[in-house]
This record gives sequence, structure tokens and C-alpha cells, in this order.
Amino acid sequence: MSAISTLFTALFYISLVIFLVGMARKIYQYWITPAPLKIPTAPTPLTQTGVVMRMAREVVLFESLFKANKWTWLFGWLFHLGLLLVLIRHVRYFWPGDLPEIFLLVQPFKYAAFAMVIGLIGLMGRRIFVERIRYISAPSDYLMLIMLLVIGVSGAVMTFTTNHTDIIMVKEFASGLITFNWADLPTEVYFLVHLFLVFVLMAIFPISKLLHVPGMFFSPTRNQVDNARKKRHISPWALKQEQEHAVKLEQTLGKDE
Amino acid sequence: MAAKEFDIPVLPTYIEIPKINEGAMEGDGPFKASKEFQNPLGFPGEKVDNWQEVAIAKMGELKSKYRSVQVFLDSCVKCGACTDKCHYFLGSSDPKNMPVARQDLFRSVYRRHFTFAGKHFPKLVGAKELDDKMLDDWYNYFHQCSQCRRCSVFCPYGIDTAEISMAAREVLDAVGVGQKYCNQILGKAITIGNNLGLPEPALRDTLLDLEEEIEEETGVAIKYPLDVKGAEILLITPSADFFAEPHIDGLIGYGKVFHQDGVSWTMSSYASEGANFGMFIGSYDIMRKAALRIRKAALDLEVSRVMVGECGHAWRVAYSFWNTLTGVGAGATDEFGLKLQNQLDSRYPQPQHIIEYTHDLIQRDKLKFDKSANDDRTVTFHDSCNVARATNMGGIPNGQFILPREVIKAVCNNYVDMERTTIKESTFCCGGGAGILTDDLMEIRIKGAMPRMQALKEVEKTDGVNTLVAICAICKSQFSKVLPKFDFDPYMIVSAHQLVSEAIVIDKPQTDDSEAEVAEESVAE
Repeated sequence: MSAISTLFTALFYISLVIFLVGMARKIYQYWITPAPLKIPTAPTPLTQTGVVMRMAREVVLFESLFKANKWTWLFGWLFHLGLLLVLIRHVRYFWPGDLPEIFLLVQPFKYAAFAMVIGLIGLMGRRIFVERIRYISAPSDYLMLIMLLVIGVSGAVMTFTTNHTDIIMVKEFASGLITFNWADLPTEVYFLVHLFLVFVLMAIFPISKLLHVPGMFFSPTRNQVDNARKKRHISPWALKQEQEHAVKLEQTLGKDE
Repeated sequence: MAAKEFDIPVLPTYIEIPKINEGAMEGDGPFKASKEFQNPLGFPGEKVDNWQEVAIAKMGELKSKYRSVQVFLDSCVKCGACTDKCHYFLGSSDPKNMPVARQDLFRSVYRRHFTFAGKHFPKLVGAKELDDKMLDDWYNYFHQCSQCRRCSVFCPYGIDTAEISMAAREVLDAVGVGQKYCNQILGKAITIGNNLGLPEPALRDTLLDLEEEIEEETGVAIKYPLDVKGAEILLITPSADFFAEPHIDGLIGYGKVFHQDGVSWTMSSYASEGANFGMFIGSYDIMRKAALRIRKAALDLEVSRVMVGECGHAWRVAYSFWNTLTGVGAGATDEFGLKLQNQLDSRYPQPQHIIEYTHDLIQRDKLKFDKSANDDRTVTFHDSCNVARATNMGGIPNGQFILPREVIKAVCNNYVDMERTTIKESTFCCGGGAGILTDDLMEIRIKGAMPRMQALKEVEKTDGVNTLVAICAICKSQFSKVLPKFDFDPYMIVSAHQLVSEAIVIDKPQTDDSEAEVAEESVAE
């Protein structure tokens, strides 16, 4: 195996471990942090089914963002949808052997890469040209978009221009990572840049705003059922506090001294 | 702090998103609480020496106690969806009044002290140190947030600036930099029982005067009972209802409805306050303290229902938090919570809103109205932020929008809604919520009222609206003050129950019948 292949193989495992451990820690942190009060935001679902429906609409359609701003919604949704399709199409590289037929369904979505890139350009445009959004942007906000753009564009270049890379070799390399049959990877610059930035993205996922992915599922204003007066909702720390300082009603609760 | 000169915004034909004007609302913030108001709440009397240490420790504590704080601080992607949603930004154009920028005052410090990226690459991710300037900005800008939650409706992750604003105020209190208005009021609320500091004899006098006035006017003896043991309903209403205009006309309305239903009811001098400012300063413990007074009153007076008057934040605390804080509802485990649950009438989910009660009576044809009494009015309804976005009524989806409108339409003939994007869950705050309703914050109150005033101007032009109804004590006080600044009649703001009061047909005492009964009884004997 060439040195560069060894390096990229190592980078893959390092970034994967950072991603998995980091995300697990973050999700665990969100999980154990109690939400002491019921704070769902209107329109509030009164049942658990209602919450599932609301979450589904948020995750699939970006409902709240649609209400807020049509342009941001359009570009944001295009990007995320494009990314999803592109990711599914990438399964074929990692799948050892023949791909199950179900994946043929995404085959026509080869052009999803364009949706992704157009979405990103739109979002970048808004960040640069809309004064309010420029005001709230930190360098990392631009960098994140640039990184995703480079990933998207480098991928598209390999697919749609003559700068193809050796797909067979890519598949051997990628599926080798999964099955621990390590193989050499193609060394075209587009491919190396593409791959390297994906590793960076994985590594920074748990320490950046990409935490919006697990975060949205834990958002109390979105995932709570509005049933506080029918069913008591109480956090462990509040219950403990309550039991430790049991109220004696005969005692004053701060009556006139 | 000298009152600053400022321009009152000119109402545009439609809401335009302003160009940002940095520093437009910079300032020292509202009056700070001295130690006489800080200490009784358990806060340091002045800014402590090691305030940075204390503040960071408090932030750490809060993010581990509140999932909302932890998740919201991490999740924001700076998409900008919220940037044009805050009434204070629309009215003042100060970019730090954009919800995300307001949160970022807190988030940048969180990143600096609690995240890998912020510790090692602060410039890259916009992480900042908590210095004097930053703390001043916190104090100033977190007191330009009315915790109305409009931003949260539009955020793709539901990030609620109110939660961040409450957390920031909690940190400020912990380092000894509290707000005078809130903390002074809380001191009175948890010792005397109401925000005005009105002791029992004064309250009793006020209610007696009110009874006399109503009897003179209507010829009917409508009672405003206080501390009546064994009454069916305990009414918890904002103390503004006892004194302030137009609030008191709402209280008159509640009394008439109770009278007409023939139910026995009472108020409590021990818990004579609906509003719970503990929420404004983010303190779970103080909010609980205030709520426990209500539980004690309900137990002492042996009532079977607890009802809440027209008050926005009160209804949020009552509806969403009482059960959690004190077990008023179902599922309490402590002795007194259980005792109360046994005592309360199981047919009614506790607590109830006065609008739910009146609405129910209307549904059951228990009330008669002469709607023409309100024919001089064309009415619109202002959804109060905390009722609209944080509660429900009637147990039906969106009941908090439906029930008040149905009550209003049952008592008046001319009703129109304001523009769709300014009502219901998208309602604009009055501009006075969450501790902003103080004269030292008049500039932000007026500027923040602009979006609501604009929508009102619109229906005034198109439909001749001359009456604005709200079901929140803060909205009523705020509007009375700001309406004239935008060339409206300050008396156009009324309680929902004022309209009820004007249209309700009260049965006159039926002297003949009762005499006949007496006669019958004597015959029987």
C-alpha cells in the first residue's frame, strides 16, 4: 500500500472514531440533561402522535423554516435533500460486492449534486449579501459552507467532467475500509481533496454547529406533548429538591416578618 | 440614568425589515436592584468581586439543569430565519435585538468556556470572554427581550430566546446585578402575596368599594368575596385587576359571570396575585415559592376549583408549570399536593382559565347577552404572547386562539382579526412583557410596540376598528401607555370580560318569587 493510501486509511478511522465518540457523548449529554418544565411552542400537539407528526414535518419538510423565510427554506431544503440523495448514492462505494437492487431507485438522482451545490451557493449568497445574516456570521459559518461547496463541487467534477477517477479502485478502497481489506486509493487531486474534507467534516461534526442534527430531536419546544396540566412533568433535580425541602404548610412561605 | 430623547417610530403601511443600525439601543439598561431588593430573594446585594467565576459556574449549572439551554446553545446554525421576527428589532433596528444576536451574547461566552472550538479557536467561531462590556450588554439586551417566544415559532430547531434570556437573567442575579422592577415586585409577591404589596385590609376595602359602585350602577348586589372558606372557586387574578384601568372592568365582568352562574367563589388575600415574575428572572425556586402560596390558599380555603383571571404569563405558569411546581393537577407525590388533588373537583382539569369558564357557560346557554350593548364597538383581539404560544384552552388544538374569539363574538356584533401574520401563534408581543413594563424602559416599550400598532392601524383604516381586546394585565397596561403615542385612543384597550360585562343580562333580584317562597314555607309550617 502506498504511503498516501495508508495516511488516508488512518485518517478515515481517526475521523470516524472522533465522529462516533463525539456524537455519542453529545447525544448522551442531551439525553441526561432534564427539561424541567413543559415549554412546547404553539401550535402545540396535545398527543404523542401529534409530536411525532410535528417532528416528521420539521425533519422532512423544514416546516418552521418555511414559515420563516421562503428563500432560506428553498436553498436549505435543496441542499439537504441533494446531500441526502448523494449520500445514499455513495453507499455503492462502501458496499462490498453487488449492491442490493433497492439502491437502483436512487440511480436516476445522479443530478442531486447540482441541487446540493445550488443550495449551498444560495445559502452563501444570503450570508454575504443579506445584511442581517452577515452581521450574525462568524468565520466558521463561511468556512463550513466553503468546505461543503468544495466537497460538492469536487464530487460533481469527477462525475460530470472528464476528470473521472477510477471508480473500481474507489470501491475497493472504500469497501476495504469497512471489511478491513485495505487497498490503495486513486490519487487524483479532486478525489483526495474530496475525501480529505469529508474526513474533516466528520471530525468537526460533534464540536460545531452541525450539532443541529441531533439537537433538533432534543429540542423541548418541538418534542414535548402539551399535557402539563393533565400529567405531572417533573425533573429528577426538582423532585429531589422538593423532597429534601418538604414544605410544611404551617410554616410561613416568607410571610410578613 | 437620565431619560434619553428618542423618536417615536412612524407607522409604516406594512412592516418593513429595517436596515441594521448598530448601537441604536445601547445603554445602561433598566434600574438595577439595590441590596434591599436583592437579598430577600437570596441574591447578592451588589456585583460580587469574583463575578466572572460565579457567572461561568452558574452557566455551567444552568446548562446541566436545563436541556433547552444546552441544546439551544449548540444547535443554532445562524440561518437567519429569526432575524426579522422580533418586535424589538423591527421597532428599534438594533441588530443585537435580532433573536440570534441576542442569544449570541450568551452563546459566545458559552463557546469560550464550554466548547472545544471556542477554547482553542475563539476568533474562528465567534467565542468571546465575559468581560465588563459583555456583562453590560447582557444586562441591557436581555432586558430588551419580553420572552414572547415569537422567534421560537420560526426557528427550524425551535430555539427559544426566552429560555436563553431567562438563563442570562439568572446568571445576572447570581452575580448581584438584578433588575429593580422584577426583584422589588417579587419581594412583595412572596411576602405579602401580590405584586402591588397590597395588604389584606386594603384589598378588602377596594373590593367593598367595587361592590358598592356596581350595585349603584346595576341595582344588583354583585359580590367580590375575599377569603371565603368553602367557596367552590378560588380566583387567582393579576393584582392589576384590583386597581388599574382598564383591568378593573374585567374584574367586574368576572364577578357578573360568577353571579349569573350562581356559583360560590372567592379570592385569597394570601395569594392575591396571578402574575408570577419568578418566570421572568428564570428562577425555578422563586417561581415555585409564588406558586406554593396559591396551593396553600386553595387548601386553606377548601375550594374545589382554581381559576385564573386574564393574565398572560400567569396563565402560562398556571397551565404549563403549576402542576410541575406544586402538583396542582394530577400526579403530585407530596402530602399537600395529594391533599389538594383529593379536594379538587375531578371534572375540571386544573387549573382553568376564566375564558374557559365563561366559554363553557355560553356553550351551555347559561348566559344571556344583549350584544347591541357593544354595537358602538368594532373589536379586534390581540393574542397575548404567552397565552398564544405557551398554553392551551379548552383542551382542543389551538383552543387558546379559538375560545377567546368565541367569547368575544358571543358578546359583540362587530369583530375582525388583524393581519394573519400578526395574530395567533405569530402574534406580536405588546412590547411590555417579562419585566419590561417599567417607565425606565419606555423607549424600548414604545419601539417594540410598533409592529402591533401597525397591524392595528391597518384594521382601523380598513374596518374602523375602535376596540382592542387583550386577556393579559401587562398587555392592557402597556397598550394604555403606548396607544396615544401612535395616535390611538388610550381607552380603546379593554379586557375580554369588559365586553362580557357590558353585554351580559343580569337577572334582577326576583323579590316577588322569593316572597312567594317565604309565604309557601310559612304555609307549610
